Amino acid sequence: MSNGAHRNTNPVFAAIAFGSASAFLESLHGCTTLSVVKTESAPATDNPGFSLPEPFLGWFASRGWQPRAHQLELLAETITGRSMLLIAPTGAGKTLAGFLPSLTDLAARGKPKSGTAGARTLHTLYISPLKALAVDIERNLARPVEEMALPVRIETRTGDTPQSKRARQRTDPPDILLTTPEQVSLLIANQHAERLFSGLRYVIFDELHSLIASKRGHLLALALARLRKLAPGLQTIGLSATVADPEELQRWLVPQSPATDALAGRITVAGGASPHITILESEERIPWSGHSARYAIPEVYQTIKDHRTTLIFVNTRSQAELLFQELWRINDDSLPIALHHGSLDAAQRRRVEAAMGRNELRAVVATSTLDLGIDWGDVDLVVHVGAPKGASRLAQRIGRSNHRMDEPSRAILTPANRFEVLECQAAIDANYVGAQDTPPGGDGGLDVLAQHVLGMAAASPFDADDLYSEVSSASPYAQLDRETFDKIIEFVATGGYALKSYERYARIRKQPDGRWRISNPQVAQQYRLNIGTIIEAPMLNVRLTSRKNGTLTGRGGPPLGKVEEYFLETLAPGDTFLFSGKILRFEGIRENECMVSKAWDQDPKVPAYAGGKFPLSTYLADSVRAMIADPEKWSALPDQVSDWLRMQQQVSQLPARDSLLIETFPRAERFFMVLYPFEGRVAHQTLGMLLTRRLERLGAQPLGFVATDYSLAVWALEDMGSMIASGRLDLGELFDEDMLGDDLDAWLNESWMLKRTFRACAVISGLIERRHPGKEKSGRQVTVSADLIYDVLRSHEPDHILLRATRADAAQGLLDIHRLGAMLKRIKGHIRHRALEHISPLAVPIMLEMGREPVTGEAHESILAEAAEDLLAEAQS
Amino acid sequence: MHGTNAALTLETQAGAPLTVDVTVNGTAVICDRAGVAWLPGSGVLVVSDLHLEKGAAYARRGMMLPPYDTAMTLARLAAAIARYNPRLVVSLGDSFHDRKGSAHLPECYREQLQALQHGRAWTWIEGNHDPDRPVGLEGDFCSELKVETLNFRHEPKPGMTDGEIAGHLHPAARVVRRGKGVRRPCFASDGKRLLMPAFGATTGGLELRHPAMRGLFDRSRLMAHLIGKERIYSVAFSRMNG
Repeated sequence: MSNGAHRNTNPVFAAIAFGSASAFLESLHGCTTLSVVKTESAPATDNPGFSLPEPFLGWFASRGWQPRAHQLELLAETITGRSMLLIAPTGAGKTLAGFLPSLTDLAARGKPKSGTAGARTLHTLYISPLKALAVDIERNLARPVEEMALPVRIETRTGDTPQSKRARQRTDPPDILLTTPEQVSLLIANQHAERLFSGLRYVIFDELHSLIASKRGHLLALALARLRKLAPGLQTIGLSATVADPEELQRWLVPQSPATDALAGRITVAGGASPHITILESEERIPWSGHSARYAIPEVYQTIKDHRTTLIFVNTRSQAELLFQELWRINDDSLPIALHHGSLDAAQRRRVEAAMGRNELRAVVATSTLDLGIDWGDVDLVVHVGAPKGASRLAQRIGRSNHRMDEPSRAILTPANRFEVLECQAAIDANYVGAQDTPPGGDGGLDVLAQHVLGMAAASPFDADDLYSEVSSASPYAQLDRETFDKIIEFVATGGYALKSYERYARIRKQPDGRWRISNPQVAQQYRLNIGTIIEAPMLNVRLTSRKNGTLTGRGGPPLGKVEEYFLETLAPGDTFLFSGKILRFEGIRENECMVSKAWDQDPKVPAYAGGKFPLSTYLADSVRAMIADPEKWSALPDQVSDWLRMQQQVSQLPARDSLLIETFPRAERFFMVLYPFEGRVAHQTLGMLLTRRLERLGAQPLGFVATDYSLAVWALEDMGSMIASGRLDLGELFDEDMLGDDLDAWLNESWMLKRTFRACAVISGLIERRHPGKEKSGRQVTVSADLIYDVLRSHEPDHILLRATRADAAQGLLDIHRLGAMLKRIKGHIRHRALEHISPLAVPIMLEMGREPVTGEAHESILAEAAEDLLAEAQS
Repeated sequence: MHGTNAALTLETQAGAPLTVDVTVNGTAVICDRAGVAWLPGSGVLVVSDLHLEKGAAYARRGMMLPPYDTAMTLARLAAAIARYNPRLVVSLGDSFHDRKGSAHLPECYREQLQALQHGRAWTWIEGNHDPDRPVGLEGDFCSELKVETLNFRHEPKPGMTDGEIAGHLHPAARVVRRGKGVRRPCFASDGKRLLMPAFGATTGGLELRHPAMRGLFDRSRLMAHLIGKERIYSVAFSRMNG
């Protein structure tokens, strides 16, 4: 039977899988792209190896349906007691697969007698990174459970669950609890945890790939280790999209020990139909640089008109705001086009989501807030504007447009500049070959561990030996040494300082029996208020007011969302900026709110506030380098882009795949050095900082630098080209790997990046409290400044455990040290220098960024001197 | 003899000023990069918002901040006192971060403070963090003090004033040039009132634009004297953003 006929005879296929109850049923149905051949008439028992038990079998049969092969396989494996990882593309019915072991077990068990232990413990925990997903699943599970009359109670528990219901869930838990990682941490830190989880059989982790690379994943890994201790027999089931290193996830799901490399079992479902992805073929000139993709707006608008519902993804909030504004500017047909990003007011976001679910919208401009697996009605096209920085991110976003595995998804990529054309092409190639690159999980954060240790003390007194072996059974902490662990306990107790002056204020204390116990109930209370690993930059509410005769009227007006405090610090009253789809005039800050009024300007004065830029992934960078180096691949590119590369070939040379091209040229009384490492903005910024330090020492008098995802430009007063030619500047020396040693340390210690990282570590570890919205004291002089604490700590205890945690974090994330290190190694002895008379074609984009991007670097006191001199000049004139 | 060094205008090697002379309600005041104000006419050294034992105050509430703040603050205070050798030291309120601060002060710090107090007068002005007389320490305790033409109090009196030196608000200024901002604690004065920067090692700052500062100054005359790494910088309020 062909796929098409299959669909036509089954109206359920009309629904998008899993977005509704009917779609849920559909997902149970025979799948088309799997290897197992099935017919409608054949009973499920014909499947080799395993069959569904009653009442599932009868229920399926009564509808003429069959479970999919991987669903049965997963069930069969879990019945033998294994923990399993299921890797499957969107639409393969993987969520149901995850629940089948639990549902069949519960059906077999029957209803426990009230008052027995079984009635008072959880059977299954389902953990999703998004609370909306948990709510969705509850709805989808309800119908089959009801129709089969299964003796199963299912409930959700999220931050939105009323306090009374949460309290009841602790004493009278459901069989299946659908929840988020933070709620699990709260539950295991509760004194009833032991009873609540003693009967736990299954823990299902949805979207596991998106969790494990973060601190949130570290905390969840620790929670899982505790759950295993409370319920030694429990099995885990991980559900994931395709990942580069599935073994990392397999390890994550099962307890680790020094002796063995334990792995959960794995079932991989091959991908469905290849997505149909194209690059927008624009008649317009593609700009050299910039991120707005303004040139393509009319063409994007046309594609919206040509489709039923279009999802438009962008990389940053400012891009979303800008694109939304531009689309409405030409929206002559008044198509319902909406905006959705994480900084908008929650109520506004919910309205957009609801309208989307009812298919009332023709397009939504969205950022990564829509990234994970929720369905959004009948989306038939995804447009991605800007570079799709990571190939796996692209795959996920394209999965959005179609949740049926057998039908190709449709997506159009819209590069905003010429380098992004290359990146988009590389991403398309990557997606077709199924290459995926999620970042590795990394070692577990010590700040996260500190939070967990306090939580465990809040649950019940612990023995340090026991807790150490429990913690190191979690895969991110498998390498944790005992000395570090003990330092964390000291840190939790008294801050872990060399100067022992806080013993009398200790939060946890060692009892005569050797166990650590919290000093008083307030400690547990404090832990609960500060739980979690998601640290947002300090945000202020944006509230709309109106102006009359130049003064603000009242303080009413609706909240529009939140913006970062650091962004507002760059604004002066009267500045206009784009937010929430409107051009707003900044009026000032009142207590903890940012007051704005409607501006009538055509263009905002302050172009953007950039939120969340993803760096170019290692895999994609390599593909881009390969594409540039190989003219045979250029035929896939638009003419204007291949012409550009050809020009570069003539004027200078192309960056080769395994070497580093450096160009030097004079321009406007300055001397420039442009490098093309393609290692992502973060690594380039770090490299820029280190290079300018070295160039300074070598007498080149560098003035500044600017970094993009693809290249790095440094400018100086001295002619670096002739310095290289005369041997005064040795490139091998300049790019020696040892720059990651002393130079890095010296720079890092002064760096604002480290301070920002420290702040997150300080909050997560419980050193300073979270700022709770509405609870901030007015007059912020009384709050603790993480920067000041950092300075004090650095001058008095540079080896403090929290500074260690900070440096490790910065090296992993903010600075991309590993990537930079790998790059320096790769290019050693392979540096190609071209001394040019003029700027090269490839250098044009970054030279254009110079005016736009703030010059990276620290704000120095020289600014103060300049301001003070202004005054002097004024006084003397 | 007190105040012998007073006439010196301190400069770094490069000639960058460490102090700046201002006049507040007719009284000459020297604002020092160290975060202290010196009244040469009366030999009075003013410090504000020491917030001693801030770390310990947080530790009592379960936040284990580094326990080094008191030692750092006292060392800086000792250096300033050694430089000016004042007749009277006025601590302008919030000398201790909380009510328990002075009573629980570790003995080594108490001895250091007592040594600083030796041979000179000392006045503790009442602050909102420390509304009681410090326990076990010398010195007068009051809510206001008048020296020359100036009233010393912790919280600035709302509205225009008759000559005042106050603290409490931890003033800081943010100077923006070429799209970049630098923020530093500062002295702030319009010639009638002088607002002192917070002296404590781990005290934060509040920008002069903050609503809490509203109405305190004649902004057309307001100058900020910012405490830089090695010198003091004077910038007019009207020129903060270039």
